[in-house]
Order: sequence, then C-alpha cells, then structure tokens
Amino acid sequence: MLTDAELVARCRTGDEAAWNELVERFSRYVYAICVQAYRLPPHDAEDVFQEVFARVYQHLGRLRSDDAIRPWIAQLTRRLCIDRLRASGRESPADTDALEPGGYDESLAQIDEALAVRECLDAVGAACKDILDRFFCRDESYNAIGAALDLPAGTIASRISRCLAKLKIELEGRNVAPAPSGDR
Amino acid sequence: MTGYDQERIGELLRLLPPAPMGWVQAAQELPAARDEIAALVARAEADAAYRARVVADLEAALEAEGIPVTPSVVAALRLGLEAE
Repeated sequence: MLTDAELVARCRTGDEAAWNELVERFSRYVYAICVQAYRLPPHDAEDVFQEVFARVYQHLGRLRSDDAIRPWIAQLTRRLCIDRLRASGRESPADTDALEPGGYDESLAQIDEALAVRECLDAVGAACKDILDRFFCRDESYNAIGAALDLPAGTIASRISRCLAKLKIELEGRNVAPAPSGDR
Repeated sequence: MTGYDQERIGELLRLLPPAPMGWVQAAQELPAARDEIAALVARAEADAAYRARVVADLEAALEAEGIPVTPSVVAALRLGLEAE
C-alpha cells in the first residue's frame, strides 16, 4: 500500500487512479468528522464532503509536506463544518469558539484513533478485513454476512472474534495506543 | 501491550462507516471535469458579464456548458472563480 506521501505525489502528476485511491482512503474520515463529530445533517455533510475534496484537489500542489495530507484534511474538514454550522445558525461564533477545541475534541480524537485502527485492517488479510468491515462498519447481520460470503451464519461470530484477535495483535505490534478518554 | 480489548476495537471500527457511494464517486470524478471547469473559469475571467451570470447561478452555468452538475463540480467551480 502506498504511503500518504507517495499517494499525494502521484496525484500531483495527474494520476487519476491515485486520486481515486486518495478519495477512497480519506472518504470515511471526512464523512465521520462531518456526521459524527459535528453532526451535520446529510445535505450539509455532503456539501462539506465535496468542498473538502474539491479544495484538496485544487491545492495539492501547494501542500508543503506530502506527509501532512492527513492533518490538513482533518483541519480543512473541521473548519468547513464550523463554517457550515455558523451559516446555518445552529452555532453562533461565540458558541463555536466555546466548543472549539474542548467540545468536539473528544470526538475528533476518537475518529483519529479509529483511522489508525482501520489502517491496520490491511495487515490482517482480505477475508478478515471484509468480515470486520461488514459487521462493524456496514452494520450487516450475521445472516447477511453469511449469505454474502457464502459462509454458515453460525460461524460468523467466531470468525469475527478471531479476526479481532488478529487485529489486536497487529495493533500491539504497531504500538498503536488507545487515546486517553474520560468516558471509557 | 496497547490496552485495546476486542470490544474497544469494535467500537472504533464502527466510527468509520463508509461514506455514501455517490459522494465518493462524485469526488473521484473531479479530474474528469478539471479541463471543462478551467475553460469556464477562463471565459469568466475574460468576460465580466459572463462571470456575473456564472457567479449568480453556478449550477445553471455548468448545465449550459453540458458539464454534469455534482456538488464536487460546483465546489470546484466556485473555488476556481475565487482563485481568479
């Protein structure tokens, strides 16, 4: 898998496949910031989502460090979400200032942590990645997963457990640490 | 030891559901619209009256040029006009 920096470098050359991969890589992240951290309604979330990628596309050439794409996207998404909340009148500037960084930081930190965990999925094999994605991210039932993967539904729970165990080992190997949180 | 247990890993995975497929596809199609948007922006730069019409209704301007109107293309056009 290409690093973020390698992917950005390829996008800058006009490689459309690389751009597709960049959008794919960060789409869940941007979406989660919009709808989970800032709880934008779907229409606003879609506008912010598209604006983020339009700006990323336009400004890729001006990125000082290709490694900085992730924090840049996070910051851009966050700023556009706040602008949207202000414009819609759901947050006055004073309210938003009061909530930034304290109020949303917990959600944003968890989303960053989730992205780090998700990146380890590639290391546990395609089958595990698929089954964990279907169950946890796509909220599919054991029956639906069994039907889609041609597996007995009764084996899905144990497969998920084994895949989680593999993922835990991978996280430990990469020394990914849980973010400190007061609500766990 | 990272301190993760399986329940926590599951909770974190749940935080990143896929974005709607249409949104992702629209963002991925940006490069295809790049040249058409650039041409529209260049024309707006050279013709103030045309620019005023475009700014007044971005979607109509895109439609008039036969450019598929998606939120990502509208955003890209707006950014292009702002960057003039």
